[in-house]
Amino acid sequence: MTVIGIDKASRWFGNVVAVNDITMAIGPGVTGLLGPNGAGKSTLINMMAGFLAPSTGAVTLDGVPIWRNEQAYREIGIVPEREAMYDFLTAREFVVANAELHGLPDPGAAAQKALATVEMEYAQDRRIETYSKGMRQRAKMASALVHEPSVLLLDEPFNGMDPRQRLHLMELLRRMGAEGRTVLFSSHILEEVEQLAHHIEVVVAGRHAASGDFRKIRRLMTDRPHRYLVRSSDDRQLASVLIAHASTAGIELDWTERALRIQAVDFAAFTEFLPRIARDHGIRLFTVSPSDESLESVFSYLVTA
Amino acid sequence: MSTTAPSGRTHPAGPRLQAAPPVRSGIYHRTVARLTYRALLGRRRALLLFCLPLLLLVIVSAVRALAGQDDGTTADLLQGFALSAMVPLIGVIAGTGAIGPEIDDGAIVYLLAKPIKRSTIVSTKLLVAIGVSVVFSALPTLLAGLVLDGNGQHLAVAFAVAAAAASIAYSAIFLMLGVLTRHAVVVGLVYALVWEGVIGNVVPGARTLSVQQWSLAIAQRISLDSSVTSDVSLTTGVVFLVLVTAVAGWFAAHKLRTLKLAGEE
Repeated sequence: MTVIGIDKASRWFGNVVAVNDITMAIGPGVTGLLGPNGAGKSTLINMMAGFLAPSTGAVTLDGVPIWRNEQAYREIGIVPEREAMYDFLTAREFVVANAELHGLPDPGAAAQKALATVEMEYAQDRRIETYSKGMRQRAKMASALVHEPSVLLLDEPFNGMDPRQRLHLMELLRRMGAEGRTVLFSSHILEEVEQLAHHIEVVVAGRHAASGDFRKIRRLMTDRPHRYLVRSSDDRQLASVLIAHASTAGIELDWTERALRIQAVDFAAFTEFLPRIARDHGIRLFTVSPSDESLESVFSYLVTA
Repeated sequence: MSTTAPSGRTHPAGPRLQAAPPVRSGIYHRTVARLTYRALLGRRRALLLFCLPLLLLVIVSAVRALAGQDDGTTADLLQGFALSAMVPLIGVIAGTGAIGPEIDDGAIVYLLAKPIKRSTIVSTKLLVAIGVSVVFSALPTLLAGLVLDGNGQHLAVAFAVAAAAASIAYSAIFLMLGVLTRHAVVVGLVYALVWEGVIGNVVPGARTLSVQQWSLAIAQRISLDSSVTSDVSLTTGVVFLVLVTAVAGWFAAHKLRTLKLAGEE
């Protein structure tokens, strides 16, 4: 069993704190590292990958610090976010080179197995520079899997992939997790993470905002107050009926926008109640738009929750 | 959701931990070398590697055809063009090119995330850079000397050996620059042309701190022509060449161990 331990780790660059006093343990199975862009996910992954030293605290692999420990790479496979590989090589040459760099006894066979795992055999003799984004991602996966690592770190692996490639990679990562490997991937898209990860760590603005099962995170996210902008044929009457209902927490008449700003408490009840009440009172709804559905607002709510 | 709990499975890589062989060390790794020299000779900048020696050979052939055989001209050309311009330029291309582009585009990750000592990566790349610059600068210098003068006064061999010695030092210096800065090519060119080319020829004091002068001390020792002179003694030259190569190589390895990869948040 391989566990990555992050213990009170912080990392700053000059005056900027990228990772702020985070403690978590990542064990076997698939873990999603969720957070908006710039939250510190990459910094965190770079520390787990031994590419960055924590400014304070410790990042360990089964208790052994990863920084300046080349031995750790026998257990770790890394799929970086950046595109560049040795693009002048074919995927086969590239994966064989990775196998040789790991000092594997039979680099050719190991490479072939890894390429088969990611289903890239059909294009393995083409130069990487001719590959699509999804093919590149699979070539990177093959290079990370060639030494059969017990830990797999992936930085935004689904970026720019089409739905089919996405499903394929999800299936592959699920399999890796089921085999008992410790798989960690980062993403800023909740749906991606909840489809794949049995465990989610949420990072916002460098801080550890939430941790746990995706259902728990999902509930935290949907239970927060929602804001809507509503325009109707009779804003005042609509406001008076809505405020009487328990799903509404507050209403403001916005004169400049000629609209109602509504804060709803119970997301599900409000979305049912609003159209019904409008129909019952003969009010026509012109606009119903959520005004804070951006991921950032969801995350910032999580931090304060 | 169909994620599966991993409980009860045996760990795929568990037993290997105990039997893990030590991290690969040494000064040369075959695979690192192969990747490096394919990257060096495969990119467009490799054209320069071919153009500069070609230019030298064209010039000396023309001079030989027009002016005939002459020791003075030979020494002037081999020092003025080969040793003070071509050798440092090839050094910049080979030295920075052996590592700079990989750090720039992030592909170096695939070398760093391996059980291989960072010093092995640096020393291998240094050896490749040295090999490439010797082939593309010392060898053409030897050929140029033979074309011009048929090795009269041992000039061809003298300058070829000097070019080889300078190539080693330049490779190390520019490899280090390649690790230190993204603008290694610019910094390298400024150093090669301004410091070695202009200041070294104008300011006398600067000459004692010039790879060109150190290597020239070797040429002076080998050649029989009294017009080949260096501002430093042979001992000083050789000691500085060795020292600079060793320190630059060590520093590059040290910096690679703590390299912050570009493109992170």
